[in-house]
Amino acid sequence: MREQLELLPAYLTGHLQLTLVALLVGAAVSVPLGIWITRRKSLEPAVLGAASLIQTIPSLALLAIMVPTLAALGVLTERAFGFELRGIGFAPAIVALTLYSVLPILRNTVTGIKGVDPALVEAARGVGMTARQQLLRVELPLAMPVIVAGLRTSAVWVVGTATLSTPVGAESLGNFIFSGLQTRNQSAVLMGCLAAGSLALLLDGLILAVESGIRRRRRGLAALALALLAALYAYTAASFVAERRGSARVVAIGSKAFTEQYILSRMLAERIAAGTGLATRAVESLGSTVVFDALAGGDVDLYVDYSGTIWATIMKRDQLPEDRARVLEEVTGHLREEYGISVVGSLGFENTYALGMRASQARELGIRSISDLARHAAQLEIGGDYEFFQRGEWKALQRAYGLEFGAERSMDPALMYEAVASGGVDVISAFSTDGRIAGYEIVLLEDDLAVIPPYDAIVMASPQLPSELPQVVRALQPLLGAIDAPAMQRMNLAVDSGQSSPSEVAREFLARLDAARAEGGAGADPPAPDGYTPPQ
Amino acid sequence: MAPVGGNPRGASGGSVIELVHVTRRYGDVVAVDELSLEVARGELLVLLGGSGCGKTTTLKMVNRLVEPSAGRVMVAGRDTRDFEAHELRRRIGYVFQQVGLFPHLSVAQNVAVTPELLGWPTERVRARVDQLLELVELDPSQFRERRPDQLSGGQQQRVGLARAFAAEPEVVLLDEPFGALDPLTRDRLQRWFQQVRRELGITALFVTHDMVEALALGDRIAVLDAGRLVQVGSPAELLRAPASLVVAELMDTPRRQARAIDRLLESDGSAGRS
Repeated sequence: MREQLELLPAYLTGHLQLTLVALLVGAAVSVPLGIWITRRKSLEPAVLGAASLIQTIPSLALLAIMVPTLAALGVLTERAFGFELRGIGFAPAIVALTLYSVLPILRNTVTGIKGVDPALVEAARGVGMTARQQLLRVELPLAMPVIVAGLRTSAVWVVGTATLSTPVGAESLGNFIFSGLQTRNQSAVLMGCLAAGSLALLLDGLILAVESGIRRRRRGLAALALALLAALYAYTAASFVAERRGSARVVAIGSKAFTEQYILSRMLAERIAAGTGLATRAVESLGSTVVFDALAGGDVDLYVDYSGTIWATIMKRDQLPEDRARVLEEVTGHLREEYGISVVGSLGFENTYALGMRASQARELGIRSISDLARHAAQLEIGGDYEFFQRGEWKALQRAYGLEFGAERSMDPALMYEAVASGGVDVISAFSTDGRIAGYEIVLLEDDLAVIPPYDAIVMASPQLPSELPQVVRALQPLLGAIDAPAMQRMNLAVDSGQSSPSEVAREFLARLDAARAEGGAGADPPAPDGYTPPQ
Repeated sequence: MAPVGGNPRGASGGSVIELVHVTRRYGDVVAVDELSLEVARGELLVLLGGSGCGKTTTLKMVNRLVEPSAGRVMVAGRDTRDFEAHELRRRIGYVFQQVGLFPHLSVAQNVAVTPELLGWPTERVRARVDQLLELVELDPSQFRERRPDQLSGGQQQRVGLARAFAAEPEVVLLDEPFGALDPLTRDRLQRWFQQVRRELGITALFVTHDMVEALALGDRIAVLDAGRLVQVGSPAELLRAPASLVVAELMDTPRRQARAIDRLLESDGSAGRS
């Protein structure tokens, strides 16, 4: 809980930035647009239709679409104006959230203005107002309660939806929820929900207070609420300035959204802090392609990926690799040549896709390998994480073993293990280092035809990091080859069972590692660069 | 049906409002057909007729709330098309059928709206608002800050009149201003209005379908039917020499009503005697 409270200011600030900017831009676009279409009635169906269409796109998808869209736009803006639009982080989130905020404000602006008594509009003309004065002095003031109601709806929606901007790399209260769900940390999930809920209520209340204070001529109330809103905006602006001016180089460490990744990212952070004294920043819970793009683009400096993942999803190879070392070599070469990304080294363990099932059922059916499983597959159901059934490994498995399951279900990776343990499904696409495999008495089936590529955990560095901060790369050397699969499983289990937080597990491991080095280490062994030279 | 009727009475300063062969069409429908009228300085001309006869359309063409399809409208000797529409309207007071007070503004702000649009200095606006509220018998200290929804119908209509008079217009247009009021309030407001108008020397065009109101207030009455001018003249002229059956029937309505009342009294009286 204390760890969550320490994270709260940063996440809340991120959330405020997203929400307040999206609402401001959304209102600045929607109100004039709404006014305009009440003046050009023929445009109303098209504009309102387009806004409704955006609203029907699931918010998570809208956010995800913005990543490649902005990346593509970024290429254009760089060519045309010399600056690159960032494909991940704040920019895609703010664009998606702004689009999301439009409909309620737009629709209520139109409804509000159309709802003004025509007799009053005629009276406004009759007393000698110009078209502009009619709008500003009569139509808008009378439509204001309806417009503000739209703004309030928008505020609540945007606060809620902003929690989904975590996977595109924008820090928000959603970080609590995403990492909490993955690491079974209910207090983190609760913290994220409560904070987001309170923020939504606060904004809703403040906007209402400003509007009703003005309408009911209670100046004190309106002024107080306005001052609070202004303070929130001022704080947000100041936080932007502080971020931009934070000229001291901060090392950004990315992670995907599962327990092992949280632990490893904290471990990298601890090592860097201890070895270089540089400040680090966690960019957590990113989508698996988002984090790779972020590394290639330099938005993230380091993260841990798996050789097989790069092999299958980045290099799009599906033929079977000859051996572990060969895959690693080809991956390293490919990353350097195509993306300028350098592989710092392997951590020492593999986290491979493996098919797992209840130990009891495997015994009953006499299944030990995937070849055994293929004979029973038609009577069994398989559960996989969201991407598994689209991945090359799955297709390769199906082809090689002739696997045809009775049913395939996609589910959250955090729930898969429980699903197989409780009999909800019979087989899952397990991750071999997951601590819950032992906890739930799940057996992993042997890949007897060697179809699944090796998944060595490798630390990858952005193109600029090795030359810019070689000391960071040096500081990570002690971790290379230092973590074996059982150690990783234990750490994962410690987090997943709710015993420890990812930071605690990472710190304990490093402490033990240091102790072991000091004991068995040949005395004056400096954190040697192991012959490492940054690529030029 | 040629228009019948004489020259404006007491037209010492010439015509302040002049409509010359004014026509207004809505698609194929002719709402006002080749209408010509003059209103002299200080005169109140009533536009009288049934629903849909074109009297409100005619009124709105004077301050260009409705633009004529053909013909010319002159105000104070100048073609209304020479003005920007909003500038023309600021010089002409208008009292709306539905009153049309702005509900989000106070009584004082409603009255002050046109003077403020004209850019009067704040002090002058404030003095004028108080003066007018007193004139319409609403104590400024009590009513200045009230909202329209805190007023009775009669009070609202008085504020509507104050708003129309606020910018010291030469001309005021009134669209059935007393239509929605109870008879006692209406009677009182009519007499008060006539007195104020005469004091200020305001020229007025007044739309009504109420024959009694027309006779009571009009210096002259113009009777419209289906967008055409049927007859224009003083109440006495119209009563004495109606130009058509329509006018004759209209003019007869107050007397018919009076006779109906007499009959009621007689039957009641005889019942009482027997």
